[in-house]
Amino acid sequence: MTAHTTYEPKTAIERWLDTRLPIIRLGVEVLEFPTPKNLNYWWTFGGILTFCLATQIITGIVLAMHYQAGGASAFLSVEQGIMRDVNYGWLLRGIHANGASMFFIAVYIHMFRGMYYGSYKAPRELLWLLGCVIYLLMMATAFMGYVLPWGQMSFWGAKVITNLLGAFPIVGKPITTLLWGGFAVDDPTLNRFFSLHYLLPFLIAAVVGLHIWALHVPGNNNPIGVEVKSKADTIPFHPYYTVKDGFAIAVFMILFAVFVFYEPDALGHADNFIPANPLVTPSHIVPEWYFLPFYAILRAIPDKLMGVIAMFGAIAMLFALPWLNRSKVKSMRYRPTSRMYFLFFVVACCVLGWCGAQLPDDAVIPALGKTGIAPMESDLNSYVWLSRIMTLYYFVYFLLITPFVSLRETPLPVPDSISKPVLAGEAAKKD
Amino acid sequence: MRRRAPATLAAACYCVWPVSQALDRVEILGAVGRKSSFANRRAGRIEGELKVAESLADSASDPSHGGDDPSRRDFIHIVAVAAAAGGAAAVAWPLIDQMNPAADTLALASVEFDLSKVELGQEVTIAWRKQPLFIRHRTPAEIAKAVADDHAGLKDPQTDAERVKAGHAEWLILLGSCTHLGCVPLFGQGEYGGWFCPCHGSVYDTSGRIRKGPAPLNLAVPDYSFLNDKTVKIG
Repeated sequence: MTAHTTYEPKTAIERWLDTRLPIIRLGVEVLEFPTPKNLNYWWTFGGILTFCLATQIITGIVLAMHYQAGGASAFLSVEQGIMRDVNYGWLLRGIHANGASMFFIAVYIHMFRGMYYGSYKAPRELLWLLGCVIYLLMMATAFMGYVLPWGQMSFWGAKVITNLLGAFPIVGKPITTLLWGGFAVDDPTLNRFFSLHYLLPFLIAAVVGLHIWALHVPGNNNPIGVEVKSKADTIPFHPYYTVKDGFAIAVFMILFAVFVFYEPDALGHADNFIPANPLVTPSHIVPEWYFLPFYAILRAIPDKLMGVIAMFGAIAMLFALPWLNRSKVKSMRYRPTSRMYFLFFVVACCVLGWCGAQLPDDAVIPALGKTGIAPMESDLNSYVWLSRIMTLYYFVYFLLITPFVSLRETPLPVPDSISKPVLAGEAAKKD
Repeated sequence: MRRRAPATLAAACYCVWPVSQALDRVEILGAVGRKSSFANRRAGRIEGELKVAESLADSASDPSHGGDDPSRRDFIHIVAVAAAAGGAAAVAWPLIDQMNPAADTLALASVEFDLSKVELGQEVTIAWRKQPLFIRHRTPAEIAKAVADDHAGLKDPQTDAERVKAGHAEWLILLGSCTHLGCVPLFGQGEYGGWFCPCHGSVYDTSGRIRKGPAPLNLAVPDYSFLNDKTVKIG
């Protein structure tokens, strides 16, 4: 990371610092970092995600000053203390709770962008894997954060998710007891979740540091997926992308603010306004929206252990992706066949999310009623069967379509470089 | 569990010790073999510990070895790493085990209940170890139905008699926690006259046995005993 800087320490203090801790040099390097000149707005989500992480950490630290972990006090300290009594508590919690959703919107777009433009391919496999680790840590953090208000959905969400681990033979039960610190989800569980919810964001920040480091070695991918060939293909990160990212963050903040100020509870669940009751399960348990696709995969499989394996396997697919795609062309802009399958993959993820929010046995097309054909214990016209079809596509996309299409398809002609368009006609069109 | 940690640690050290010794011997014999065919032949004739002692003496008397004997250095490395790993494990265990149920949580283990409060056909839910416990006063029709299904191709085969105390078939005591993912099943719903779990649609019969849906096991029967005809002690 020490190759490109133009930094010359000018004052005696700067020179003294530069030979001991070249931190200004590092900052200048980041700002001057040569970045492909053709990055589009899909590339601004890295900056947006940094903004999200900072927002969550800052609001989280101040919320922790008022929150009391403990079965008897947690719900009151949130719904009465923070939401009504603490100065601006409603605002801070509104930002923090909706901030989690905003974080996931941004990370899903960031991941789909990486998949579409082949940003996980060599030499960026490790960059992608670190991103997958961040995503896992985000899911753990968000799950434990949702438990903290200790409402009905918090409690039963915690119970269902921790029970998932109990599906594994032999080790499952001891691990569940270890997580709970008792015979069920209870005070000890809440306390340790609070502790870990405070810890994990700092781990995320550390892995983000590695993620950015791993980005700065090969540099950014770009929409055409052709590596930077000369200085003519790049522009410095500052001011070009600081401004572009800044504009995108501002637009993103508008969406964020709409939720915080106008629909602060739209992404939550009404049952979480009821204090946790270990003796009564809410009639319909759903996780937060960002977990719904995985929840649908879990419910699609009629066997407990296989369901849990499929759910974790769905995430494991992401880790394997750099080695599943054998294509020599990175960007799907030049891979029309792959693009078609990818777009349907995005649709399948959304449909899975929709299925996850429904009652599994409800009819997808109510007017049709029951078909009377019920393979694997469920009627064909039900969300379970829609989830099963989409789950099948999800895995087939990664394990069959991605490797086979990447080997068999005929890509379109790829430009020689970022600066040189692929056809003379295209250049003429732009002028 | 807590008591076992030092023993495990000691066992780990005992395991590492002979391995490191064996590695040491192999290295020494190898070194000797390369250096002196005479020493090698002699070493080959003598068995057991003596062989090692001889070759150790050989290598010690060999001026080219001196204090830089690579095998001794390896031995020190192995011992140092083993000691550090053992120490790390000894420190890690309390950090992990503190998450297991604490003594006060374990102390909440048993509860007594007066059955005369439950009418025939009624179900009462009480809290035991912070979990719902179903105490169900079954009607003769329900018992008959449960017994009739004893061999009906159950997912988790168990007869009704195995799930109640002899002579108290009317009392069914169950942990009210679905064996799928821990939701509380609702009584009187589902097509088997027992319980239905609202979370993922598992259906249990009048004996609390799993009949349909994703749950793998029957509703658990806790350890309990009748103190007299009208009082049970659970846990």
